Amino acid sequence: MLCDDCQKQEAEVHLTSIEAEEMRSVHLCVSCANQRGISAEAAETVADTPPLADFLGQLGSPGPQTPISDPSEPCPFCGISAADFRKAGRVGCSQCYVHFETQLRGLLRRIHGSSQHAGKLYLSEASDITDRLGQLSSMRRRLKRAIETEDFETAAELRDRIHDMETQG
Amino acid sequence: MIQDAVPLDDRGLDWIRGGGEAEIVLSSRVRVARNLQGFPFPGRAGAEERADVVERMRAAADHVESLEGGSFWEVDSLDPVDREILVERHLISRDLLATSRGPSSSALVLAPDSSCGVMVNEEDHLRLQALVGGLALEAAWRQVDRLDEEIGALLPLAFHHQFGFLTACPTNVGTGLRASVLIHIPGLVLTKEISKVLEGISQVGLTYRGLYGEGSEVVGNFFQVSNQTTLGKTEEDLIDHLGRVTGKVIDYERSARSVLLAEAPSVLEDKVWRAYGILRAARSLGLEEMMNLLSGVRLGVSLKLLNSPRVETLNEILVCGQLAHLERAAGARLSEQEADVCRATYVRDKLAKDERDAGQAPAGGTSDETVVDGPPSGG
Repeated sequence: MLCDDCQKQEAEVHLTSIEAEEMRSVHLCVSCANQRGISAEAAETVADTPPLADFLGQLGSPGPQTPISDPSEPCPFCGISAADFRKAGRVGCSQCYVHFETQLRGLLRRIHGSSQHAGKLYLSEASDITDRLGQLSSMRRRLKRAIETEDFETAAELRDRIHDMETQG
Repeated sequence: MIQDAVPLDDRGLDWIRGGGEAEIVLSSRVRVARNLQGFPFPGRAGAEERADVVERMRAAADHVESLEGGSFWEVDSLDPVDREILVERHLISRDLLATSRGPSSSALVLAPDSSCGVMVNEEDHLRLQALVGGLALEAAWRQVDRLDEEIGALLPLAFHHQFGFLTACPTNVGTGLRASVLIHIPGLVLTKEISKVLEGISQVGLTYRGLYGEGSEVVGNFFQVSNQTTLGKTEEDLIDHLGRVTGKVIDYERSARSVLLAEAPSVLEDKVWRAYGILRAARSLGLEEMMNLLSGVRLGVSLKLLNSPRVETLNEILVCGQLAHLERAAGARLSEQEADVCRATYVRDKLAKDERDAGQAPAGGTSDETVVDGPPSGG
């Protein structure tokens, strides 16, 4: 393929750009690319450091950051440590987002180009029904255990209570 | 009410009937990741906590209108072939199977028409998803949005004022939304335009993978294109952007096909008919080989070089020609060689049926032995 500009040299730099939602491809030889101020490396290299690796690296090294809580300590809720996170690339619970907030904000910005949610908002409507569901599931689990341990008195009591709650609505 | 552990039957196959742009876009999928407040994420949760999340979702499902009359399965209670069938239908992920650890460890809830469902305890507590035929991202999003509203009113979800919905992997945080289209773009592959298009896709914040999700190889010119980022944009913007870029890719694919038809009609026709001939006659067929040949036939049907099979049949073969589906049909586990033989028989039968339904030999063919299922009668 010949260079789009000079039509003489073989094109070696291939650049695809999106402008106003139109995809455009440009094929240039090295000298014409240089004239346009495009280097072959720049054309090919989009993101040289994976943001996650970058973040994981930061977690392991002592840095000058002053986080709200000390991220070298494990998350107080789920107990996940920086090392666990580095290994799995996953946080352990929603509290990790508070515990590791400073670093996560930077990481999210690098992954998504933003750290501010713009989508649906959520207000917990932990209503009566939620509590009831929670209680029901807990009682079902206790019933299962009572049957397994042949504690039939407790099992009968739990069965009746579950039945009452289910028929209530 | 939700029914427990009913037979799978053909649940989750509704999309194969197709939809808008069905010749190029096989299906549209939207999923959102959600987690419950007060529980560690599944990867960090103990057996009891995982079971608790499954039970809460099971109890909530009875009150979720979108799931009314649907079904519930605990993944570990299913027999191994059924589990694989769910994976092959994209109703659960292979990761869910891999991380499921015993009774009540993970589950699937599915609406009665399979239009939407909830995968419980994969990487996140809940993955709400909708899968529809053809290009219909808005419709899939509406289903998921409604399901999300209904579930969110029953189960308190993990939400952060700045980061949005919280997920186990930081790449899903915010909207938790992953929208994808499964597209068939052989024209761009044959005209060698594909790398430019894929490069363009990457530059506009989208990503692509093979038919079977993350890390899977691209086979048979089927690409799954999805949004890469989930934070900082609204759900509608993410959906709209993917829809518009998909529209562009469809246009590029159409013009690539026109170029092929204009410049190399006999090569194209030969390729299509060879693919059809092998699928119609082979006695042993590997999965990858089948996928590549289906691509050729699909192109032929789309360009009207073939007047059978129907696109729906091609979609069905793509799903039901996989190992677990063949095993279910055969009623036994199959070795690779046995599966290849069963696959070939299944595909021949399907194509033969569509030929009969079309009432004639496919366009350009003659009514010779190629359309008769069996050895040639002549000497």
